[in-house]
Amino acid sequence: MQRFSPQEIVETIRMVQMENLDIRTITMGISLRDCASDDIAVMERKVYDKICRRAARLVAVGEEIAREYGMPVINKRISVTPVALVAEATGTVEYARIGAALDRAAREVGVNFLGGYSALVEKGTTPGDAALIESIPEVLATTERVCASVNIGTTRAGINMDAVARMGWIIRECAQRTADRDGLGAAKLVVFCNAVEDNPFMAGAFHGVGEPDCVVNVGVSGPGVVLRAVEAAPEADFGTLASIIKRTSFKVTRMGELVGRAASDKLGVPFGIVDLSLAPTPAVGDSVARILEAMGIERVGGHGSTAALALLNDAVKKGGAMASSHVGGLSGAFIPVSEDIGMIEAAELGVLSIDKLEAMTAVCSVGLDMIAIPGDTSAETIAAIIADEAAIGMINRKTTAVRLIPAPGKKVGDSVEFGGLLGRAPVMPVSSLSSAAFVARGGRIPAPLTALNN
Amino acid sequence: MTTSATPRSNRVIVTVIGQDQVGIIATVSTILADARANILDISQSIMEEFFVMIMMVDLAGANVPFEELKRRLAEKGEPMGLRIDAQHEDVFKYMHRI
Repeated sequence: MQRFSPQEIVETIRMVQMENLDIRTITMGISLRDCASDDIAVMERKVYDKICRRAARLVAVGEEIAREYGMPVINKRISVTPVALVAEATGTVEYARIGAALDRAAREVGVNFLGGYSALVEKGTTPGDAALIESIPEVLATTERVCASVNIGTTRAGINMDAVARMGWIIRECAQRTADRDGLGAAKLVVFCNAVEDNPFMAGAFHGVGEPDCVVNVGVSGPGVVLRAVEAAPEADFGTLASIIKRTSFKVTRMGELVGRAASDKLGVPFGIVDLSLAPTPAVGDSVARILEAMGIERVGGHGSTAALALLNDAVKKGGAMASSHVGGLSGAFIPVSEDIGMIEAAELGVLSIDKLEAMTAVCSVGLDMIAIPGDTSAETIAAIIADEAAIGMINRKTTAVRLIPAPGKKVGDSVEFGGLLGRAPVMPVSSLSSAAFVARGGRIPAPLTALNN
Repeated sequence: MTTSATPRSNRVIVTVIGQDQVGIIATVSTILADARANILDISQSIMEEFFVMIMMVDLAGANVPFEELKRRLAEKGEPMGLRIDAQHEDVFKYMHRI
């Protein structure tokens, strides 16, 4: 019989009760490849039926696990095959109908988000991809739970600058069509370079083509637990600090492994991966920025922030990798602005810039995330921001992403409020210089030399 | 480690955290006995000024569902100012044992 010391028991309880340790998401990946049809009405019905059948017990099982283990499971979510791949056979451009079917299915099974209204266009755009991309603003404005993503580059393929230019316009359109909600539509759209196929986190989750018919992926989260561990060692040198973070990350990730296996078992669906990402929430004490500050940076955004984040990100991976049989997804620290109280404060004080955030994304997951920018920012400027971020991902063989909200009618100094896990974001300044001629060139940025590794 | 989580044990860890007072063990063990839950191990200590009692309990022969037991424990604990909870032992096993 296993015996546990009171210290061990109390440590676990403290992590959950006081340090916000939780399972951020159990995400069920569902393939829609068997839902293709040349009749869009048939496809709608197949998509709705399959999601409802596969995910019927997802929410109940998530809640059961939370009670059994005393470990909160915050979100139950679904990712599906990129819809562009499945819908192309319909030969129509009425993709919004598929978006609506996805939304109905998500509501029926009780998940708060469903990702996979997506297209993969890193090397070129098919008619189906184009139809999907053009329908994104309408779908995100008229559905509640559907999330969209578009992959516009990879290390292997380079960057599809035609798609980048279009996405600059689409992001603006998403925000404008949801102007009454501070541009919420844009908060449900992620533009990726090197998108991963098993990411459980929204809004960028989709069920990749190499995945099984149905799978369960888990995202853990414990910025609060890491923060407390870092705070308890104010004078530790970097080697010691990294060790402390590794040990903490190991324990946090074990919870993900446990919950992933339990969910897989109860649902009768294979267990995919645990995503090690440190995902902040707007709750006090659940901030990645605060960890960097606890390391000795006055405010996130100050010099040293990138180095601190690099250490944190690497130590989390090293500890987590030992704790799980299958690590995957994005697996890095997230630095969204609106979802992290430390980031929000630094942005409001004007000490955290988009430029510094861009630099930080070179050493962590994922990218320029949940950043509000002035509503009058041009589509070309947004496209150029996407291109910069994609270039970092392409050259460094990592995932990068852009989720910007050009807040309609708002200027620097204003802020947008989404509430819940999406939080609030001060509008941050972007460069006033024009990149229009650069974006207008079109074509593809060739794959980098690092792609030639065979 | 490569097999799935099942078959799982029926063991849970009952934790009591709060101010030390007369009758804690009696209260908890009465609830457990009523539910036909078998106490395998018990330990208690004072940590950071709080009384902490830990019981390992086998629910194999229990006549009430786990969730009902959890509810009964929490309900009895509240008026005594105690946090009483039950969690499956795997939580602690996964976090603290490899």
